[in-house]
Amino acid sequence: MNKIKKIMLCAALTCAFGQAVAADQFVALPSYRVGPYAAGGSGFYGGAIDYFNLVNANGGVNGVKIKWEECETEYNPSRGIECYERLKTKNGGATLVEPLSTGIAYGILDRVATDKIPMTTLGYGRSDAANGKVFPYIFPLVTTYWNQAAAMVKYLADKNGGYAKLKGKKIVHLYHDSAFGKEPLPVLEAQAKQYGFELIKIAVAPPGSEQQSQWLQIRQARPDHVILWGWGVMNSVAIKTAQRNGFPREKMLGVWWAGSEEDTIPSGEAAKGYTSMTFNTPGNYPLIDEIRKKVYAAGKGNLADQGRIGSVYHMRGLTMGVLWVEAIRTAQEKFGKGKVMTGEQVRWGLENLNVDAARQKALGVLNMFPTVKTSCEDHEGSGAVKVQQWDGKKWVAITPNWVVGDKALTRRLLEASSAAYAAEKKITPSCMK
Amino acid sequence: MFYREAGQFKTTYESDNQIFPIRQDRYAMLAVLALALLVVPLFASPYMLSAILIPFLIFSLAALGLNILTGYAGQLSLGTAAFMAVGAFASFNFVARVPGMPMLLAFVLGGLSAALVGIAFGLPSLRIRGFYLAAATLATQFFVVWCLTKIPYLTNYSTSGVITAQKIVILGYVFDTPATKYLLVLAIVSLMALLAKNMVRSNVGRSWMAIRDMDMAAEVIGFRPMRTKLLAFAVSSFYCGVAGALYAYAYLGTVEPEAYNLDLSFRILFMIIIGGVGSILGSFLGAAFIVLLPVFLNIVAHGLSLPTSVASNLELMVFGALIIFFLIVEPHGLARLWQIGKEKLRLWPFPH
Repeated sequence: MNKIKKIMLCAALTCAFGQAVAADQFVALPSYRVGPYAAGGSGFYGGAIDYFNLVNANGGVNGVKIKWEECETEYNPSRGIECYERLKTKNGGATLVEPLSTGIAYGILDRVATDKIPMTTLGYGRSDAANGKVFPYIFPLVTTYWNQAAAMVKYLADKNGGYAKLKGKKIVHLYHDSAFGKEPLPVLEAQAKQYGFELIKIAVAPPGSEQQSQWLQIRQARPDHVILWGWGVMNSVAIKTAQRNGFPREKMLGVWWAGSEEDTIPSGEAAKGYTSMTFNTPGNYPLIDEIRKKVYAAGKGNLADQGRIGSVYHMRGLTMGVLWVEAIRTAQEKFGKGKVMTGEQVRWGLENLNVDAARQKALGVLNMFPTVKTSCEDHEGSGAVKVQQWDGKKWVAITPNWVVGDKALTRRLLEASSAAYAAEKKITPSCMK
Repeated sequence: MFYREAGQFKTTYESDNQIFPIRQDRYAMLAVLALALLVVPLFASPYMLSAILIPFLIFSLAALGLNILTGYAGQLSLGTAAFMAVGAFASFNFVARVPGMPMLLAFVLGGLSAALVGIAFGLPSLRIRGFYLAAATLATQFFVVWCLTKIPYLTNYSTSGVITAQKIVILGYVFDTPATKYLLVLAIVSLMALLAKNMVRSNVGRSWMAIRDMDMAAEVIGFRPMRTKLLAFAVSSFYCGVAGALYAYAYLGTVEPEAYNLDLSFRILFMIIIGGVGSILGSFLGAAFIVLLPVFLNIVAHGLSLPTSVASNLELMVFGALIIFFLIVEPHGLARLWQIGKEKLRLWPFPH
């Protein structure tokens, strides 16, 4: 009798469990925690998962819990595609995906549109994907490489006393020799022509652990500024090699993937004074305190090293988590509160995001990232960035306000590039309902 | 008991020269092919087809290419990924620039372009051998990737240097579902594997093996080393080139030159070392080991619900340990293990 009872109890439990699974919003995280880019991956996905844990601890999105699954990609496009294919059909189908890798994002770009799974590419990927008429399922949220490159030129101009002062200056673009490093070239080249500065392009073969000859070239060119478009191990090597060659770090401006604790701490003293772009304002926020209190105190935190809470990559992962959850919430307001949204419905939510200052304040993330308001024409929703400086111990924002570059120029480039893509792929640009 | 050739008489030269002289092998092979052609596309999930089987077949083809060069002709090479890149980018350019270019012809032309590059970089093999040659082919690896990133013409002036592979259309039919792509890849790979098997059994293959075993002696008995070595480079690069084109068109969809990096060359080298150097079957077994095992370990680690950071590192450790274990237990690779198994089976259950 006892046995039968047990079996029946079991059946009832699995049944309840089964229902619980069905009522969860499933999202896919093709993450990477080993390999040369592991520092970025573990921080970023750790932040996103911390936020999901917090949302679930607070009762979910109108009662809908978030369910996720990770799959190790090692930042390798081939494995990334395998992970995407594996995750997309699980738990009734993934409704959001974020690979945090240019190579993987390019590899699944066409697939997500066919599978109707929206993909976000926070601060990387194809910049022209901000045009939702051609790329309905791709969301380069917050800001793209092109707007970052334009903002870099704006910041350097401000530093020199206006755009007119850029004439005759020399700017080196030291880049990771991959699609990632080449992405900003159209903007930098256009602005070099416009303002009359000389753009010197120097490539570094990935992963970038050897840069002697490049810095020799830089020393000979005597540039006024060096843009460091690096990723992973390349960044700390660049900072250290710059010091060895006597190049002032204050003149170096990193891309936002070259501006984290993981890049500066290994460089030690050499990194002091180094500046980089970011789309998060460094500092502490009520949300981070809440995560410490509710997630880490309950032993559910994702970062093994609690010292990394609130670090650049962790905060970037939190930003992604906040925007995803806001998209789901927005979608629920239209398609029914407390229901699990489909990929198509979440896509609508992402396209109609409005995370303004008031909403940010309510979430405890006021000023952590720029306000994001998306539309069909603009899947980016902001384009604003900040510049931060490493003071030897932590990052400090040195532009009090958000910097926005020449958006008219990036829009023009974006229209032309996405139109070329649409022609190649035979897509008729239009907004989705 | 079941695996005996008792009663199978060979009365003609043709029957004596078959690829599978034992009837059971022939039937087994036919069954495998029928399964792969008819059953798998109907029942395998899209994930299985597009994320497991297609890359497995493509890497098998690339390993086959390297095995022809290294396993049969004895020329060490570290430039496999570069030849794949040449095949992919050449096919892309042929389709993009020649109006009405048939897709299959583009794959062949991509392979031929890779063969030309292979011959050019095979020239040092006439003077140097062994590790020195491996270092020379390393130059191919860097030179080709450097060319592809530096010459915008090759990537059709794409701003970020990424090419988007065109749709595969053959005779008006669009291969766009996982099942159709799988069938196309399977057809090409089986055909080329059959071709390779026959090549290594023929005059050409014997000349390669003669050069491999002792090139001085081979020259003395009348093989021309230059022609033989360059032919091996050309054929091997052709296979790698076609594999590269399939990798771009049937698997990734979009490629940046960096996808064909040194890492990929090493992976293919490991495939033939683990699978079996100088064996057609070994290329397939090795590819299966290297492509499928990490995925399998990842799924197992996930099933045990280990924390992801632990699971990822564990996967690397288990994988490394298994490679060492296999190489100690059977340095001639999985193909040799299979062969030993077959020999044992022929005696089973009455060893004498």
